[in-house]
Amino acid sequence: MPRLVRLHVNGQVHEVFTPPHRTLLELLREDLGLTGTKHGCELGECGACTVLVDGRPILACLALAVEVEGAEILTVEGLGRPGNLHPLQEAFMEVGALQCGYCTPGFLLSAKALLDQNPAPSRQEIHEALSGNLCRCTGYLRIVQAVERAAVKAR
Amino acid sequence: MLRLPPFQYVRPGTLHEAVGILASEGGKAVLMAGGTDLLPRMKHRVAALEVVVAIRALRELRGIWGDPRQGLVIGAASTLAEVCSHPAIRQGYEVLSLAAAQVATPQIRNMGTIGGNLCLDTRCSYYDMPYTWRKAMGFCLKKNGDTCLVAPGSTRCWAVSSSDLAPVLMALDGRVRLVGPRGERVVPVEELYRDDGIRYLNKEPAEILTEVLLPPLDGWKAAYWKVRRRGSFDFPVLSLAVAVRQDEGGHIADARLILGAVRSSPLRVREAEEALRGEKLEPGIMEVVCELASRAARPVENTDFTVLWRKRMVKVFLRRALGTFA
Amino acid sequence: MKEFTWISKPYPRVDAEAKVTGRVRYADDLVLPGMLFCKLLRSHLPHARIRRIDTTRARSLPGVLAVLTGKDLPAHKFGILPTSQDQEALCVEKVRYVGDPVAAVAAIDEWTAEQAVRLIEVEYDPLPSYMTIEDALFKEGEPIHAQGNVHKEVSLEFGDVATGFEEADYIREDIFLYHGSAHLPLEEHAAVASYEPGDLLTVWSSTQVPHYLHRTLSKVLDLPMSRIRVIATPVGGGFGGKSDIFNHEIVVAALAMITGRPVKCTLTREEVFYTLRRHPTLMWVRTGVREDGTITAMHFRAILEGGAYGSYGVATTYYVGALQPITYKIPNYRFEGMRVFTNAPPGGPKRGHGTPQPRFALECHLDKIAEDLGMDPVELRRRNLVAPHTKTVNWLRITSCGLAECLKKVVEASRFHEKHRRLPRGRGVGLAVSGYLSGAGLPIYWNDLPHSQVHLQVDRSGSVTLSCGAIDIGQGSNSVLVYTVCEILGVSPEDVRLIVADTAITPIDLGSYSSRVTFMAGNAALQAAQRMRDLIAAAVAEKLGVPAESLIFQGRQVKVGGGEDRALSWREACEVAEARYGLLSATGTYTPPRLAGPYKGSGVGPSPAYSYSACVAEVQVDEETGVVSVEKIWIAHDIGRALNPLLVLGQVEGSVYMGLGEALMEDLSVRQGVIRVPSMLEYKSPTVKEMPEVEAFLIETVDPEGPFGAKECGQGPLLPVPPAIANAIYDAVRVRIDEVPITPEKVLKALERRRKGEEGRFGPGGFPAIRFKEPIRVAPPSPSSAGRVEPRP
Repeated sequence: MPRLVRLHVNGQVHEVFTPPHRTLLELLREDLGLTGTKHGCELGECGACTVLVDGRPILACLALAVEVEGAEILTVEGLGRPGNLHPLQEAFMEVGALQCGYCTPGFLLSAKALLDQNPAPSRQEIHEALSGNLCRCTGYLRIVQAVERAAVKAR
Repeated sequence: MLRLPPFQYVRPGTLHEAVGILASEGGKAVLMAGGTDLLPRMKHRVAALEVVVAIRALRELRGIWGDPRQGLVIGAASTLAEVCSHPAIRQGYEVLSLAAAQVATPQIRNMGTIGGNLCLDTRCSYYDMPYTWRKAMGFCLKKNGDTCLVAPGSTRCWAVSSSDLAPVLMALDGRVRLVGPRGERVVPVEELYRDDGIRYLNKEPAEILTEVLLPPLDGWKAAYWKVRRRGSFDFPVLSLAVAVRQDEGGHIADARLILGAVRSSPLRVREAEEALRGEKLEPGIMEVVCELASRAARPVENTDFTVLWRKRMVKVFLRRALGTFA
Repeated sequence: MKEFTWISKPYPRVDAEAKVTGRVRYADDLVLPGMLFCKLLRSHLPHARIRRIDTTRARSLPGVLAVLTGKDLPAHKFGILPTSQDQEALCVEKVRYVGDPVAAVAAIDEWTAEQAVRLIEVEYDPLPSYMTIEDALFKEGEPIHAQGNVHKEVSLEFGDVATGFEEADYIREDIFLYHGSAHLPLEEHAAVASYEPGDLLTVWSSTQVPHYLHRTLSKVLDLPMSRIRVIATPVGGGFGGKSDIFNHEIVVAALAMITGRPVKCTLTREEVFYTLRRHPTLMWVRTGVREDGTITAMHFRAILEGGAYGSYGVATTYYVGALQPITYKIPNYRFEGMRVFTNAPPGGPKRGHGTPQPRFALECHLDKIAEDLGMDPVELRRRNLVAPHTKTVNWLRITSCGLAECLKKVVEASRFHEKHRRLPRGRGVGLAVSGYLSGAGLPIYWNDLPHSQVHLQVDRSGSVTLSCGAIDIGQGSNSVLVYTVCEILGVSPEDVRLIVADTAITPIDLGSYSSRVTFMAGNAALQAAQRMRDLIAAAVAEKLGVPAESLIFQGRQVKVGGGEDRALSWREACEVAEARYGLLSATGTYTPPRLAGPYKGSGVGPSPAYSYSACVAEVQVDEETGVVSVEKIWIAHDIGRALNPLLVLGQVEGSVYMGLGEALMEDLSVRQGVIRVPSMLEYKSPTVKEMPEVEAFLIETVDPEGPFGAKECGQGPLLPVPPAIANAIYDAVRVRIDEVPITPEKVLKALERRRKGEEGRFGPGGFPAIRFKEPIRVAPPSPSSAGRVEPRP
């Protein structure tokens, strides 16, 4: 039975009728048109659909939309815009931390959650924070560098 | 994109209400807290349920109280991330925090709960797969089929217990509170499990695991070792939780030794615990203990790595785990 | 040397901002009004005849608009290579692997489509299945294809191998096995089709090869190419896995034509595992050397497990034998290769296309020879390295070659000689080198046409419209095109509008495979930009009364050189030129030089230039568990010229990553007729925690053929990684693992054998006793034909 849910996404309130078996991933991409959130398995095995819920990284593919009602949801579209990029976005660009770009939104959000909690993380802490996101292009090295660079920038 | 099948979603306001729904819906209903174990199975069409009872937000299931002197109570809907970072756990029961930190990925730890990890469905390389794959391979006993593909001809299911926290909580002598239609009971974690891949929990369908209870530390020290291919994502292919209480001379007064991921329930190796009692952790006794544990572990070919390697690793990693107390 | 403005600089990729803000639209992000969703019914049997398909129940499900079977489509088979037209969009008579599509549904949503697929009834007559090389060769029964289970056999001999072995002081033979692996791009394949009034079919697809998809759609749907428009969407990871034509791309087109509504199909991760994999390859190699380590002869045999269809397999089979001679002087060389059909997903090209397997074999084999001779493995290689500007025994023309420098760099940086055979037990270093193509010298369908084309249009506003058929799969081709044009015209990226990979608008490029795009599209862009510059220069020169050659295009200005400070702004210059000549348009094309040798089969292997890599790995081996941890990788890559060091290093590091995964854990094997683990959880792709430190060096040799001297970097640096790791494991614990992935079980088994006094080795025990056909005997090129290659004008 569809129900009306109020979602706070990137600072905006959306009211959507949705059946309860609809995941946050489907709702973001298909109802709200926020296709910046990607998917690579829909089973919680790749991290591509990572978004922040109340500041914490979660997997949109395993979250029911009805369960995140009332929470603050942040997707890559809310992280920064051209002309007003988040330091992480700038750092990813500058050090070449992306290639095909498909895993990038998920990495950016995992990294943002880390830096918000821990503005000066060690390399090991960065590895831990990014260990739920797979990338097949970069070998991760530049992603880690970008997070380090963003941490310095943000200070 | 993989889609979830339609289901009815209910979010009870109280624990009592939740128990009532489960009792009235019977086998059609399932509990969901974090959803990270249930939803992939629903997408794989191995879990086909009509009613999802969402309990993550139940107040009765939230919160962590206590300290190592008095013991600890952990609400079953506490997330794994909360278990990792809670000061009382980090300081007093560090092994639990470290074990929780090794579950899956950071994202999943923000979603999955301690109760969910304890009730985690048993896993098998013939079961945790998409529908079309299972049809091609032949359906298994655990879902849609009539034989176990790991042990053809077997009348039981050999799916493997893959919870990281169950062995640790057993090593810490933890108990769980179960609340059901006929009231509540507190049972040792060990008694929650049965060595059967399908009916792996000693729990009535309408019972809800509400709390994890840990006794005071009382001089116990514990270690957890997890064996897996990668440093993230992967379930254990073998895990070891060891707790010992040593006297001042280094003799072991008491020990608990639990193997995970070697059968359908965590395996407590009492012979090995017995052998340790009164001994100092010296190479001779460690060999005896490792031998006993290795003999007790009989994994089957249903996870990553070969079964021979997993069995062989029991000794290697037990020696290393015991070494941390020497 | 001229100072560049845009080239050789670490500017961010031109699509970086769109990618970090989530604004790039990949195929599955596209939504069209009235769009339907498609699901495929795939075979659950590895090999069977289709007796009957009943779609009645599926059709009657509410929400279903069309159900398609193979019989509803024109009876044309397809295949990426003209010689292997053996696939059907939906199988008509037979299914050949678990996952082979037999029917498709278009419905109002994905759930309904999936439900309908489950209602399609198919009756099969199962056939015996062929799951291994041995099955394919020796098992009785109906073969997978009418031609039999041997898809391709190659037998070539260059020089005189028998005499070469007679001249050898030492001969060694080894057998190696390289298991199959998955490309595992993060983006699942997706395609959207729309059929518009006026018979115009548009297909958007996450494809590396829009031009080949365009050709194939025309063939299988009986539509002229002019009525079809293929748009490749930005590809979310390819690695070769999106370089073939896939059933769903054809099916969505057919469904869009039938229903009159747009149709989308996005594969699930499971289905992605059923598309293509790297060929599992069994190899036997025999090499003769003199006392001083000089190679006198080599004989290489390989059998490729090809899966159910041809795909690029004919080319792959040749590639397994073609590139051994590009790193070492092999005066006499024989290659025998065979690709067999099996009832598994087709073997296709993956990063390194058919060459990581033999490179693993060759580099481990040479390491053993060095050990046998008591020689330094660096020295053994050094003595045999090819020289720049020579031809190999199999007629491959080598231009620039920085291999010696690469080798020197990694050996020094890793302090290889201080470590090799000298580290404490359990720790070791290993070395390997390799070479790879900068684009295939020949197209996959036979023609004399250009391989890459670029069109430039400039108007009075100063805007530059750059169009090219190439698609960016993450390798950075968009950036190469834009920065090349900026360099020559002196404009900035914001002046350039880039249009790529749209067959209705962009000139043809053959596709993003074989490391060809920077090299070939880069050369085409360079030529187009030079022509545009000449055009504008002529008009400006006339206006200012100065010689055109004196004009400098830089900083969005056209300046008079020679100390004068007269200049026109770029926009003024464009205005002058448009007034003088009308529409300002220029084209550039690239056609590789004719490089094929004088023998049948010489079409695979030639490339306008070869890249080179050398790698040292340092590992730690746990002898109790067999677990190998790679502590550090040093890699040097001869890139010719790094057009953008940021992008090049990214490619090198990414190649190391993929090589590491293949070396240690990635294994896409088949069990009981089914891909064992079609899941991202169980197919083990290394996480950030498994990635070692990498120190990468770029060696610039400025190739005469490449754009600004550049060569490839997207595939070559993968090749030396697995053998370097295997050789390091030997250095650490003295066991040889002649089979990748090198799992803990294999290491332990080898250690156990060694302790028992047996050979400390894990690997295949034998090579099937097959008689390859008599070789085509080819005389090596004469020394005079191996002359210098002059730089392009």
